[in-house]
Amino acid sequence: MYAFEYHRPASVAEAVRLLREKPEAKLLAGGHTLIPTLKQRLAQPSDLVDLGGIAELRGIREEGGALVIGAATPHGEVETSDLVRRTIPALAHLAGEIGDPQVRNRGTIGGSIANNDPAADWPAAVLGLGATVRTDRREIAADDFFTGMFETALEADEIVTAVVFPRPRRAAYAKFPNPASRYAMVGVFVAETDGGVRVAVTGAAPCVFRLTALERALAANFAPEAVDGVTVDASELNSDIHASADYRAHLVKVMAKRAIASALG
Amino acid sequence: MPRVVMRVNGKEVSGEVEPRTLLVEFLREHLGLTGTHVGCDTSQCGCCVVHLDGRSVKSCTVLAVQCEGAEVLTIEGLARNGELHPIQRAFHECHGLQCGFCTPGMIMSALELLQRHPAPTEPQVRAWLEGNLCRCTGYHNIVRAILQAAEEMRQAPRPAA
Ligand SMILES: Cc1cc2nc3c(=O)[nH]c(=O)nc-3n(C[C@H](O)[C@H](O)[C@H](O)COP(=O)(O)OP(=O)(O)OC[C@H]3O[C@@H](n4cnc5c(N)ncnc54)[C@H](O)[C@@H]3O)c2cc1C
Ligand code: FES
Ligand code: FES
Repeated sequence: MYAFEYHRPASVAEAVRLLREKPEAKLLAGGHTLIPTLKQRLAQPSDLVDLGGIAELRGIREEGGALVIGAATPHGEVETSDLVRRTIPALAHLAGEIGDPQVRNRGTIGGSIANNDPAADWPAAVLGLGATVRTDRREIAADDFFTGMFETALEADEIVTAVVFPRPRRAAYAKFPNPASRYAMVGVFVAETDGGVRVAVTGAAPCVFRLTALERALAANFAPEAVDGVTVDASELNSDIHASADYRAHLVKVMAKRAIASALG
Repeated sequence: MPRVVMRVNGKEVSGEVEPRTLLVEFLREHLGLTGTHVGCDTSQCGCCVVHLDGRSVKSCTVLAVQCEGAEVLTIEGLARNGELHPIQRAFHECHGLQCGFCTPGMIMSALELLQRHPAPTEPQVRAWLEGNLCRCTGYHNIVRAILQAAEEMRQAPRPAA
């Protein structure tokens, strides 16, 4: 690791001020992506601004029928939250499938979506439920937030403060984990919401995406069989040492069926 | 260099550390608590698991400065008056280790499992150990040890570790 200065602000406003003063600074949340990156000297921030001391960023609450998860809330807290299990159980399930218990004790939802790893789990839920990402300065719709591989709509000095999840009629997530890393080889989130059916796929392509052909099919018939009539185009999907694009295309359909079956309970 | 103050195994400790110092380096090199191991240094193997404010964490993936004011429990903090913790004893009795390199992390991870779920099923134990790798045992006796410790701790609960 290269040397850096460390700051532990007590408020979001102070954290933003630090980011503006130190153009080479980076935010530190759970550190479970950033610290490994620093160890490999793949990044050299001058300063780390730790969000761990900002109480307002942590916690889960209901707000006008929606579920609001603070950006610095660890995955494990979402997994075990009674409120989440009661309102959107698919989120507790998804959080419980991330990494291992120690990763879930540290890693946060804000860090996960800001990082936008192509194989991360949270982006599937955020896009699949049509959630809203709240930052220190604005609200960003999920459809506008994830812009590419490790890319988001966030500005350099912008801080995610919470994610607002509207309550779906039903929803579920099914993931085929990479047996070594536990990241998603393919993960599919399906939701029947007041605004229609949404399907988000992670792990398969450079960035999480919506499978609109399946959304249309499910709008007509919300059942696992609806997947059979849908073609998944492998030409846009990733091929790597873990899986070929064709195999991922196949997994998308298998995971979609499992997610739909599980949403139907 | 920043000064960091935390409680480790019930005692207040402090030290001057570079911000890039990992918690595991602080424990091993500044405090001489070498029971916590470094296996991979890439957040995968779980040899370095300790408890931070009551939750198990990989201490190779936490900065010492992030632990200001925190409560840390390491493998050295488990035995009481020379008597092993029930999980330690069960690992010994069930042959839950061979080289022992993974053992401190296994035990600290198992401790959080049993604090949360005093009566886990075998599949629950295996799933919980997702982040703890062992090169020697094949895991079977580790799982047996944790189930035996769970049983013993249910029968004779001792005050929080
Ligand atoms: C062994 C292992 C297994 C894992 N398995 C999985 C898995 O199965 N699925 C999965 O999805 N993930 C997995 N992860 C990743 C884990 O979930 C990370 O914790 C997460 O992706 C990043 O969150 P963090 O809080 O640790 O962020 P950090 O590492 O602290 O930060 C990540 C990036 O986001 C930025 N950032 C952090 N918070 C904010 C914020 N509030 N606003 C703006 N920017 C911010 C940081 O500056 C940094 O660039 C795994 C990690 C490890 C080490
Ligand atoms: S040394 Fe920390 S996880 Fe391997
Ligand atoms: S006993 Fe040798 S690594 Fe587990």
